[in-house]
Amino acid sequence: MTPIASLNGVSKRYGALTAAENIDLELRGGETAALVGHNGAGKTTLIKLILGLVSPSSGRVDVLGCDPASSRGAALRERLGFLPENVAFHGAMTGRELLGFYARLKRRGGTEVDGLLRRVGLAEAAGRRVSTFSKGMRQRLGLAQALIGKPELLLLDEPTSGLDPASRADFYRTVDDLRAEGATVLISTHALAEIESHADRIAVLHRGRLVALGGMNELRLAAALPVRLRFTVTPCGTGRLLERLGASVEIFERSERRLEIGCPAAEKTKMLRRLGDLWQLIGDVEVKTPGLPEIYSRLVDREEAR
Amino acid sequence: MRAAFVIAGQEIRVGLRNRWIVATTLLLAALALSLTLLGSAPSGTLGADPLAIVVVSLSSLTIFLLPLIALLLSFDAVVGEQERGTLILLLAHPVARWQVVAGKFLGHAAILAIATVVGYGGALAALSLSGGGLEGDWPAFAAMLGSSVLLGAAFLALGTLASVVVRERATAAGIAVAVWLVFVLLYDMALLGILVADQGRIVGPGLLDALLLLNPADAYRLFNLTGSDSVSVYAGMSGPGESGPGTSGLTPPALLAALVAWAAVPLALATAIFARRQL
Repeated sequence: MTPIASLNGVSKRYGALTAAENIDLELRGGETAALVGHNGAGKTTLIKLILGLVSPSSGRVDVLGCDPASSRGAALRERLGFLPENVAFHGAMTGRELLGFYARLKRRGGTEVDGLLRRVGLAEAAGRRVSTFSKGMRQRLGLAQALIGKPELLLLDEPTSGLDPASRADFYRTVDDLRAEGATVLISTHALAEIESHADRIAVLHRGRLVALGGMNELRLAAALPVRLRFTVTPCGTGRLLERLGASVEIFERSERRLEIGCPAAEKTKMLRRLGDLWQLIGDVEVKTPGLPEIYSRLVDREEAR
Repeated sequence: MRAAFVIAGQEIRVGLRNRWIVATTLLLAALALSLTLLGSAPSGTLGADPLAIVVVSLSSLTIFLLPLIALLLSFDAVVGEQERGTLILLLAHPVARWQVVAGKFLGHAAILAIATVVGYGGALAALSLSGGGLEGDWPAFAAMLGSSVLLGAAFLALGTLASVVVRERATAAGIAVAVWLVFVLLYDMALLGILVADQGRIVGPGLLDALLLLNPADAYRLFNLTGSDSVSVYAGMSGPGESGPGTSGLTPPALLAALVAWAAVPLALATAIFARRQL
């Protein structure tokens, strides 16, 4: 598939600070990708590079076939949508006026504005000054602004920070709709557990470096985290279970009635098969595959240790 | 260019919403009215050209007021958006950097033009309609209106430049105040001091002309107080070169050109600096 945007060996330095170092990243058409990393890992810098707000110190950025920091960048941005972190607006204007202004900048008519306001659930509040808006309403206005003109590539910087659970759910529903419509979406976020099920691929950034990139399965392999098996057993059965499983398993919890062990993801079924006739000792078994939060901290720890 | 006009339109809309336009228009109209009413008292009505007196008093007032209004409008242009966090959103839209600077400048210039033309013009129109009988030098008055907007534009450009070079709104405000103090108050005092101390040894008429052009407020003053014969009578001023045998190059077109340059050069600088800014 042709990439919508690509970064080739991109570095960005601000004086002595290196915000991004030798990054290779491609965004494929139609995918939802997530940028995860701690504060200052370079997520916003990457988004700014794609928008052409900053130019790379070295390397090449290519978005929809041209360099966004060049003079052609302005025309290119007509096809992009952007929701900044902590989106802010001129408080004296109403939601409809502001959306109209951004629509005019994108050469779009006012008819689209009302539809977008309805889509993000701001139709009733559209005539009010933005200074009276709550944080969630402002964020939704920001999202409506990003959606003007059906952008081919959407860049959402920390879109769910500070939102209540209901607004978050609304937000992810919109993202899933956009994916169904064929838009390419890049979301930067700290909300690791949330993004897991909405992103096709995840890029892990740490101190300006791309530590890992791929779908959840690939990241799981890269992190080589054990799958955890949690057994509830009849009293005093844990010893016999362990004997059978072999000495090599990692033990996370052991008590009279509970046993939690870790094993490589690939050996999960082999382990269970090995138990054989000991199944009668087991009341319940729980299989816990590591989620993005665990994978992320493993990858970052490993990067730190380097 | 289209995006610049969209931004200018938004600036005007904001100016209407936060009452800037109404407030400045009313202020200028009130001052114009009171100066016209008071200004005609000492001269009486016999033989005097009331409109010329209005031009003298209004332009003296404009020199202080319009630069201040212009700087207050423009110092915030870029750095304010940056501090509010709206600049990055604006630049993520299909606009070039120069269009942001040009759009802000055009919008502010339109606000100033509306306030000046409606404020001053409206006041005088009201007076002449109510039978004040303002006969006289309307071309000089029109030239004052136009050059006032140009003076405002020069200070808008300076304010915009201040707004682009610094990272904090408070610093830009400080620079704006300093610009106003230097050009409107201190420059003339310093120039006068130098002239007195120098006694014409180094600062000849040519150098003096150049020094006067180096301040947009002086260029504006000379343009309005010496530009028309009927006005210069009441201004009690003659052009700086008139005492000598026609040595001055400060013709009205030259003064206007100086004002235009004072708007164009800072604006071009601001555009160039902003274009290279990494956000």
